[in-house]
Formats: sequence, C-alpha cells, structure tokens
Amino acid sequence: MTILFFTLIIFLGSILAGLLGSLTGLGGGVVIIPMLTLMLGVDIRYAIGTSIVAVIATSSGAASAYVKEGFTNIRLGMFLEIATTLGAVGGAIAAVYAPTNAIAIIFGCILIISAFLSLKKKPSYIQHTESSRLAKFFKLGSSFPEKNGTEVFYTVRHVTGGFLMMSFAGILSGLLGIGSGALKVLAMDNIMRVPFKVSTTTSNFMIGVTAAASAVIYFQRGYIDPGLCMPVTLGVLLGAFAGSKILTKSETKSLRYVFAIVICLLAAEMIYNGLTNRI
Amino acid sequence: MRKKFADQDIEIIIGNLLRAGVIISSSIIIIGAIIYLWQSGHQHPDYRKFEGMNNTFYSLAYVMNGVSKFSGEHIIQLGVLILIATPVARIVFSIIGFIKEKDNLYIIITFLVLFIILGSIVFGIKA
Repeated sequence: MTILFFTLIIFLGSILAGLLGSLTGLGGGVVIIPMLTLMLGVDIRYAIGTSIVAVIATSSGAASAYVKEGFTNIRLGMFLEIATTLGAVGGAIAAVYAPTNAIAIIFGCILIISAFLSLKKKPSYIQHTESSRLAKFFKLGSSFPEKNGTEVFYTVRHVTGGFLMMSFAGILSGLLGIGSGALKVLAMDNIMRVPFKVSTTTSNFMIGVTAAASAVIYFQRGYIDPGLCMPVTLGVLLGAFAGSKILTKSETKSLRYVFAIVICLLAAEMIYNGLTNRI
Repeated sequence: MRKKFADQDIEIIIGNLLRAGVIISSSIIIIGAIIYLWQSGHQHPDYRKFEGMNNTFYSLAYVMNGVSKFSGEHIIQLGVLILIATPVARIVFSIIGFIKEKDNLYIIITFLVLFIILGSIVFGIKA
C-alpha cells in the first residue's frame, strides 16, 4: 500500500466518521481510533494523538456556529473547564506511562458506555428553583432565547458533583484522546440539571479547550503525526459539516441504533485485542 | 440586561475566532498535503511501530525548520499546531471579555484555565 492510497482510505473513513459523529452526537473520535488501530494496524499512541486533533477540529467548527445562537453558557463552561483541563493533563501524563493494551481495554469500556448514553432519552430540565449557594457564587444560572423571542431563565444544582464528574471526563479525554462529550453532557444534564440545549452546546464548547490541554502533551511526546492527522482532520471536518446540513434530529433515530451497535462491536474487538496483548 | 449584551458581543467574537482558526489551519494542512503527497505519495507508510520522539515533529523549532525547507509533513504539522492553538486563543479572548465586564471572579477563573494549559507544556517535557 502506498502513502497516496493509505491517505485516501483514511480520508474517506474519516468523512464517514465525521458524518456519523455529527448525526448521532457521539463525535468523530470514537470511530477514528478503532479505524486506525483495528483496520490499518496503526500503533494506538498515534491513533490517540490523531483523534485528539480531530476532536479539536470538529468541536471548534461546531462551536463557531453554536455560540451565536445564544445557548452556550460561557461562565458555566469556563468554570467547569478548570476540572476538565486539570483532568486532561493528568490523563495525558498517565497515557504516557500506561501500557497500550490497558488503554485499549479502558477505551473499549468507555465506548460501550458512550453508546448506551447516546441512546438514552434525554430529559430536559429547566430549574426555576433557588440556585444552590455555590451556583450563585459562581453565577452559573443564566437564560436562553426561546423561538418566540422570550428569555427562559434557569438555575443550576449540585455544583460539586458536576465538577467531580467533569474531572473524570477530563481524565478520560486525556487518557484516550476522545472528547468525552457524552460524559460532559451527563454531568450537566443529570447532575447539574442544566437544560438540554444548553448542556449540549456548552459541552461542545468545552471539548476543544479540554482536548487542547492534552494535545500539547501528546505533541511533545511524538503522538501527533502529520501523515495521519492530515487525512483525518480534513475528512472529519468535511463529514461533520455535511452532517450538520443533511438531516434533522427526528430522522436519525434508527441511525443512532445502527451506530450504537457498530460501536459496541468495535469496542468488543478493542477489548479482545487488549486482553490478548495484540494492541 | 446590559451584562447580557456584553456577553453576546464576546460570543460573536469567539465564534468568528474559532471559525477563522479552523479555516486557516485546514488551508495550511491542504497546502502541506499536496506537497507531502507529491514528495512521498509513492512510498510505503509504516505506523505499526511507535517512533515517539525519534522524528522531528514534536517541537515547534523542528517544525518551523522543516517548513522553511518546504517539507510537506512539517507544513501539515504547522497547520495542526494552529488548530491546537485555536481553543487556547479563545480563552485569551474570553479574558478580555471578562475584563470589559469587570467580572473579577471570572477573570481569575479564566486565567486559571489558561495557566493549566500553559502548565501542560511544562508537564509534557518533564513527563
């Protein structure tokens, strides 16, 4: 296989990954790592470095459109970024020392959890009750514009629990080279009770910053290779852009199931390869 | 309500900044890709063995040196570095926004996030 052909295969695969990632909300990173390691035999450390760059690309691309809509809670995002960036730095340093087969096994498990989370019905909380003392201190409550132009105000609960969950999401992001958007949304939806639209956009907004913290470490350790990053970044961006134009949410339900099954199969293979020391 | 307007100004600036970062970096990556594939498209890739720091892609000085010699791979790497820097630039802009709003608490919080990321540069070398 020549470099030209190799690049073309990765490029096409990444377009598909970006497309599916944006339609299902799982992000592109979860498919990039299995594609590179299982299909093309790339060392998992290169795959992780490549994936984190793709995560930054899609997050920045999507966030540029999101922030203008006014759903993103910048203060909430910035406050929680303390947790995610600290976690990411710790996770990336751990990745340098952890054996690669252990990383593959953890990756497989997180993949399965993310797939289940993506299928779960998303509750949308809008809290009008009194904010907790911490939420008030950090000014985390905010508002977003409704379609008819009225402002909907909401408050935030369980700040400490949300913060801890975000640290965990950050560690996984740094260790595995993924955005861990599913866990970020979980922390904001289920623990902090932030309205769904706000949590999705704010989580996406945070993913780029979290990924940048670990990408800096990966870069200095030689995980980031231009020959792999080039087709993956361009492909994922193209796919995500196309995905944002094509479908509306209601049409993607069966697609979500198919994607979740594919991801579980990939996860099983990653875990198997990890256990048998093939990765 | 005045605070809300200031918030929205920052959001629009940040949105444009992120878009510019993605467009500039992917343009540089495309230029690098053409040179790279022209130079070594017929060779055989090998990513089975992790080289780590045995190449010249892991430091800014090496990357710039490669760019000055029109090496396709190093030009791609420069584009990748600009992409990584985009969210960091976003934080710097957020600090300016919070200074304008005179929100001292969030000036501190945003600086803290910036320091953690800049600190990871130090950790990356020592790790």
